[in-house]
Amino acid sequence: MFGLVAEHQPLIHARGLVKRFGEFTAVDGIDLDVEPGEAFGFLGPNGAGKSSTMRMISCVSMPSAGELRILGMDPVREGPAIRARLGVCPQLDNLDPDLTVRENLTTYARYFGLSRAQARERAEEMLDFAQLRDKASSKVEPLSGGMKRRLTIARAMVNEPDLVLLDEPTTGLDPQARHLLWERLFRLKQRGVTLVLTTHYMDEAEQLCDRLVVMDGGRIVAEGSPRSLIESYASPEVVELRFGSEPLEGFVERLSGVGDRVDVLPDRILLYAKDGDDAVSEVHRRGLAPSSVLVRRASLEDVFLHLTGRTLVD
Amino acid sequence: MAHPTVAVLERHLTLYKRLWRASLFSSFLLPLLFLVSIGLGVGGYVGTVEGVSYVEWIVPGVLASTAFQMAVGECTYSVLGEFKWTRGAHAMFATRVSAWDMVRGWMLYIVFRVEVAAVVFLAVVAAFGVLASPWAAVTLVVVGLLAVAVAAPVSAFSASIDHDSYFALLFRFVMIPSTLFAGVFFPVEQLPALVRPLAYASPLWHGVELCRAATLGVAPPWPVWVHGGYLLAFGVAGLWWAAFSFRKRLQD
Repeated sequence: MFGLVAEHQPLIHARGLVKRFGEFTAVDGIDLDVEPGEAFGFLGPNGAGKSSTMRMISCVSMPSAGELRILGMDPVREGPAIRARLGVCPQLDNLDPDLTVRENLTTYARYFGLSRAQARERAEEMLDFAQLRDKASSKVEPLSGGMKRRLTIARAMVNEPDLVLLDEPTTGLDPQARHLLWERLFRLKQRGVTLVLTTHYMDEAEQLCDRLVVMDGGRIVAEGSPRSLIESYASPEVVELRFGSEPLEGFVERLSGVGDRVDVLPDRILLYAKDGDDAVSEVHRRGLAPSSVLVRRASLEDVFLHLTGRTLVD
Repeated sequence: MAHPTVAVLERHLTLYKRLWRASLFSSFLLPLLFLVSIGLGVGGYVGTVEGVSYVEWIVPGVLASTAFQMAVGECTYSVLGEFKWTRGAHAMFATRVSAWDMVRGWMLYIVFRVEVAAVVFLAVVAAFGVLASPWAAVTLVVVGLLAVAVAAPVSAFSASIDHDSYFALLFRFVMIPSTLFAGVFFPVEQLPALVRPLAYASPLWHGVELCRAATLGVAPPWPVWVHGGYLLAFGVAGLWWAAFSFRKRLQD
């Protein structure tokens, strides 16, 4: 780590950050500080402003208003100098499809000014990191989605960046590929690499992030660790009740007072409670006979849905 | 530390390694076909132009127009694709590579490609004994200049469009008319005085006249510095336009 940023300076510092596209305000005045070594997440539905924020942090989008410092520098005047120390894994893969896996890594390393020998050496390390050694001489085109993502992340690491930006790193991958990718990212986190990621997967945020913000409509609506967000915005446990095909609205009144909050979904009712089993006893005591009962711990998904609403955003 | 422009050039060369055989073959076959069919075939009827045999007269024109067509052809789909399909430009822009580095690296690559084609071409025609003057070597400088004068604005155009159907316009209204009317196959004096300025406006005409002056060992119609200066000005303006449109596409 460079002495310059190691002290008390956050790697990302934003105050009142705004991004407008004509009349549309994508990011509406957000404040952020990301410290070295953190794994920081932006959580939010589509159109919440996560990607616009990420683009500003990666210095390819200029802020419309507000203050933004990346690695202590000004992204408007010092874009290339900042980008030289970032590792960016974009939402859309932009590997060179006609180059081999190894060539993708060496070519990219050269963009950062590594010597040919360093580039080759670094590419070999990254092949191991991405678990793509046996594909090293294969072209990128025929690789699976998960392999391409791993290669994109490995490529982003080739310059040993101070800050790694991942925009929806596992979107579109199958469960095996996602878990493998998480494991790789967890390894980076353990090495002390600062990670900033956007996601709309709650499990991803819970797995990887030390701290996260929930964005909605261009604003930050909540901030904290996954655990503290669950504690502040949801009760410790959630009871999911199903009543076959009966209309659910009729049960709401009969459930009032059970737990802290009742939420009706199209197919089930959620009861937020301190103690799920107590809540279930109370439901039975009131003479209700749900067709199925599930008691689970509250998750980030409950927080997310509570904060950003249930309206579908396309 | 290698300059980012060099890293960009290296990437294009790495990609080129995959197809150099095919491209080298076509770069010498195509002009050869032209020479045989038009130079010898048509030349048999034409006899001499401006005091030299038609083949000798047409060789420098075909050389310049090969450079011209290569510069146009290489800078259309491949440039748009870098922004729209493979997004290689976005990948570069996420590093310390700037829009200017991308433009310069790309131009160096295009000049390299054109020079290779020109050397092959000159070697082939020299074997036929149709290069009258040792000044013919100067054509390598001319085609390099011509390549940038054409490739830079075409790359800028390709980076600024959203759909590849615009290329049809470029081919129909710029590339083909230039090739046909910029003094490659007949002197522009044959054109009506009214349309002659269109030929003068094309960088290809200036390239053709300089190449012809070199291979025949005579003075070009306008002073060398005017032809050269026009190409240079065209190239410099094109480079600025390219850097501007690359940046506009990558940054908001």
